[in-house]
Amino acid sequence: MIKNKTISGKITLVLCYILLTIITLSVLYPLLWVIMGSFNPGDSLFKPSLIPCEWVQKEAPSQVALDKNSSSENETSQQETKKKLDCKMTTAHYKYLFTETDYAKWYWNTFKIAFGNMVLSTFFIVTAGYVFSRYRFKGRKYSLMTMLVLQMFPSFMGMIAIYLLLDRIGLLDTHIGLVLVYAGGAIPFGAWLVKGYFDGIPRSLEEAARIDGAGHMTVFFKVMMPLSRPILVFVAVNNFISPWMDFIFARFVLTSTEKKTLAIGLFDMVTGKSSTQFTNFAAGAVLVAIPITILFVIFQKHIVEGLKAGANKG
Amino acid sequence: MRPHSKIAALLSALFMGLGQLYNRQYIKGVLLIFIGAFFIIGYAADFVYAMNGLITLGSEVDKIEGFEIIKGDNSIHLLIQGLIFLIAFILILISHITNVIDAYTVGKRREMGKNPNNIKETLISIYEKGFPFMLLLPSLFATAFLIILPNLFGILLAFTNYSSPNHLPSNNLVDWVGFDTFINLFKMESWSHTFFGVFGWTIVWSIFSTFTCFFGGLFVALLVNKKGIKFKRFWRSVFILPWAIPQFVSILIMQNLFNGEFGPINQFLLQIGVIDNNINWLSDPLLAKITIIVVNIWFGFPYWMVLMSGVMTSIDAELFEAAEVDGANKKQMFRKITLPIVLFSTAPLLIMNFAGNFNNFNMIYLMTQGKPVNPDYQGAGSTDILISWIYKMTLEQRQYNMAAVVSILIFLVIATISIWNFRRTKAFKEEDMMS
Repeated sequence: MIKNKTISGKITLVLCYILLTIITLSVLYPLLWVIMGSFNPGDSLFKPSLIPCEWVQKEAPSQVALDKNSSSENETSQQETKKKLDCKMTTAHYKYLFTETDYAKWYWNTFKIAFGNMVLSTFFIVTAGYVFSRYRFKGRKYSLMTMLVLQMFPSFMGMIAIYLLLDRIGLLDTHIGLVLVYAGGAIPFGAWLVKGYFDGIPRSLEEAARIDGAGHMTVFFKVMMPLSRPILVFVAVNNFISPWMDFIFARFVLTSTEKKTLAIGLFDMVTGKSSTQFTNFAAGAVLVAIPITILFVIFQKHIVEGLKAGANKG
Repeated sequence: MRPHSKIAALLSALFMGLGQLYNRQYIKGVLLIFIGAFFIIGYAADFVYAMNGLITLGSEVDKIEGFEIIKGDNSIHLLIQGLIFLIAFILILISHITNVIDAYTVGKRREMGKNPNNIKETLISIYEKGFPFMLLLPSLFATAFLIILPNLFGILLAFTNYSSPNHLPSNNLVDWVGFDTFINLFKMESWSHTFFGVFGWTIVWSIFSTFTCFFGGLFVALLVNKKGIKFKRFWRSVFILPWAIPQFVSILIMQNLFNGEFGPINQFLLQIGVIDNNINWLSDPLLAKITIIVVNIWFGFPYWMVLMSGVMTSIDAELFEAAEVDGANKKQMFRKITLPIVLFSTAPLLIMNFAGNFNNFNMIYLMTQGKPVNPDYQGAGSTDILISWIYKMTLEQRQYNMAAVVSILIFLVIATISIWNFRRTKAFKEEDMMS
């Protein structure tokens, strides 16, 4: 009886490991494919092999040729005397990105926009969230309700108006214009989120500070800010990351090529008329994905907590 | 004693700053008069013109007389200008009311025999009492002009005939048409057929994409958190990757993986002999829909996995111990303890996730651009959901008014779901929240 149980337990465990491995493979496959693709020679990603290496017949394996290969291949070459692993790894696509396209510029543009958006959005959101959480005034309830309703409009609804508005104030096709659009759009959700977080911080600390003679500014910067670090980090990181992903407004606001962001640049590489640049796209995608992924993993805890809080508090 | 408060309020209502002068707050009064005069002299005529434009949307198109082009009215510019002035007017009106209230309260103080504040005291009191407003001002302006104004404009467009080919400024005028566009959407065969088709698929897509990811995440979370599984951290960090990688990058990768002609998935299947011909993953209407839903699991499950892992590890171990004492088996424990707790704590997120998928533009547009083309539809492809259809109507077909109508309908759906969800949550019931 007990033995039976352990055996069936072992079988389920093995099954679990098999399932986990299958899921891991399907998660990693697209990623590996694109990473390998970025080192693949030629301009097509559509090669049957995942790894850009193939066995080639060699007439006479010479020591000179072996030296040319990287050390990792030496072992295999030594085992196979007649065949040689011929790896056509190339960094040409990375070079191409930086020499032939404006990739570096797009990167810089996106970084500027992301940074600007992070600063401006966090400022808007934290100030608004603080006021809504700590002060009582006429119209507060209606303002909160309005903020809630504003989140529900599809983002395209205001697109034409934003275009005309930016055109009017001369900010169309500028990065400042795009930052304004992002930061404005971030307010309703963010303010609610931060307000909810602030509501959870007991008032006794501020009251104590006030009794000690602290002014508005001191309370805000010296008492509230240190206590709300987690949510500040979430808001800042979130607003830093989002411009890297946005494709819609960037395309709409930025019309000239040299102002493009990464998302548009990469999209055009694979779907535009010159859509034979898959390997270049792959290289570009790898270079965007790595820093953002690292950033995400570092702040993962904050992001999960923030999203949970956002859902619970409205 | 003279009723200082009422006189001051009346004077301030008449013109900004007069009441303050009456209250002997000379510097403040003069400053306010200057501000008031600045707006009236500078913008009163413009305001009347803008309001007129908002109502009529213009009456003359560009005309050519001899060799000269006489600029006519651009209805859409008039519309946005009217809205800008309207919002600015409301903001000024609010400050005017504040000015009247201020005159009234200072008058009241005088009635009680106190001296009105001098300018220094005024500044201090503005800082003390007005601090929240100053803090709120930047976001108030940003919200008013970057969110409220554009959305209001979007709503108003639904009641105009702003569309290609006959009503595009500046060659033509745009007019208010009331609910005609709404009626067209439901009454005109070509529109209503497209709308209901796309709407149906949007619902199907939202339901399937939400639930596949939800249960996919639950399944993986259970696997990873199962007793006896080693390297939990490793599995978790691998499975979180699809969430961490910028979505637009991974969707574009997927789009290429599933390319029907030379995508590696087809190549692989051909090579191992499972299929003889290429599968049209993304160009067959039905298959494309299935492919998108399946591929979407890759993107969506990590979020749920992370959330549910968190919930599962935080369940009190005593619950399971008690259940074990009572003789419950693993299955029962899962069904009676783990599942209800996980469902309960993730339900609000599930509903918000549904709303998010309803408007998941990126997934659809970057994956297929709404293709394959559907000849029965008016400007939408087979995999288009409402939001991507709107995008196309706006950017490609210039059916601005119809796009606005569909946007309003989306808003109604999302608002209903969100408000229902919001009312259920604890936050809404907390007394302090909305009071």
